[in-house]
Amino acid sequence: MKNFDYAKPTSLSEAASLYAEYKDKARLLLGGTDLIVMLNDGVITPDMVIDLKGIDELKRLEVKDGFLHIGAAVTFNELIDSELVKKDFPVIWESARTVASTGVRNRATLVGNICSAVPSADSAPSLLIREALVTVVNTEGEKDVPIVEFFKGPRKTVLKPGDIVKELKVPVISQRFGGSYVKLGRYDGEDLAQTGVATLALEDKTYRVAFCAVAPTPVRATEVEEFLKGKDITDEVIEEAIPIALKAISPISDVRASKEYRLHASGVIFKRSLKAAVSRMNGNGPAYGTRLV
Amino acid sequence: MKKEINFVLNGNSVSIEVEPNEKLLDVLRDKVGVKSPKYGCGRGECGSCTVLLNGKSIRSCITLAIEVDGQEITTLEGLQKDGITPLQKSFIEHNAFQCGFCAPGMTMTATELLNKDPHPDEEEIREAIAGNLCRCTGYDTIVKAILDVAEKK
Repeated sequence: MKNFDYAKPTSLSEAASLYAEYKDKARLLLGGTDLIVMLNDGVITPDMVIDLKGIDELKRLEVKDGFLHIGAAVTFNELIDSELVKKDFPVIWESARTVASTGVRNRATLVGNICSAVPSADSAPSLLIREALVTVVNTEGEKDVPIVEFFKGPRKTVLKPGDIVKELKVPVISQRFGGSYVKLGRYDGEDLAQTGVATLALEDKTYRVAFCAVAPTPVRATEVEEFLKGKDITDEVIEEAIPIALKAISPISDVRASKEYRLHASGVIFKRSLKAAVSRMNGNGPAYGTRLV
Repeated sequence: MKKEINFVLNGNSVSIEVEPNEKLLDVLRDKVGVKSPKYGCGRGECGSCTVLLNGKSIRSCITLAIEVDGQEITTLEGLQKDGITPLQKSFIEHNAFQCGFCAPGMTMTATELLNKDPHPDEEEIREAIAGNLCRCTGYDTIVKAILDVAEKK
């Protein structure tokens, strides 16, 4: 691994100034579960690594002003251990449990997962259906980017060198709802998704659907959401909805699955996820965290 | 470029100079002489390098040594300072390992689990050790050994 300078600023403004100075010669470090692997492989060779774990405000995890604020330094296991997240943001909770393994989740962060922007990011569909905002800070100021605009391609986001994601803001939902994240992997335990889907059913009969691992970025399936709007979810409606949902995705064949298998399996897990979402909304579904595949 | 870091290792203070690009696993093994964490995949996937950072299991092969400045690290050597733990006894009784390469990491992960939840069921145990690969046993003896301790607690 090429050597680099290391800094651990204690404020966001200090971090932003440092990053502005080094731009693409610097990399940000949180859990390091992606970054250090890339440093090791020589895929990236920064002159400066800026460790953001010394910044207290990035550890924020609370509901305020209608949003759940998930600071950039909040780890997956901190989300999983949060009763607040489990109760009111259950699909984020459910998807966090499917990320890697506990020894990785003790360091890996949700914000880091989003910034790595791999197509199979387990946390992304749950953020898409909750219409999360990504708060980006640089020396110029601060702005919120809707998560649906955040991903630009495999490992590509709207972020430019100098931009730091401070937190995710997830809107609180005031009506009754149920949701689910279903991940299909080759085996239980630590594996990347072959396909994953998150669905949300709301009391006003609107629905939200998003996939990962089956397109260049995690995607929201808006066409099927429109189709489902106002409908009761019956087996017939779901059968009709599946091909519409699949229009949103464009899977590839790789070491984990073929394109054809991914297309078929995405329909199957979409059906299971939506059924679970509706039954959870009605209070009679499987507990969050139950394996549905 | 070198920086002195101070951390607590198995209850003892350690001061050591490291380069920013040195990994915790390498510093522990080659500079401090703590040999229980093993180099397996080097990518955080196999779990053989697992140590506890402030009580939580982490992969020392994808952690920079410089990151643990001011923190507390526990390895197998620290767990068994006063003799082997009930968990380790159970591993022996169940003949849980064969080659033993995964044993230190597996022990650290299971220790974290039992500290957090003294009575995990089989599924929770399997989930907890999902990131610790064993190529010898098929996991059954390992799971049984952990379950046995959980039931006796």
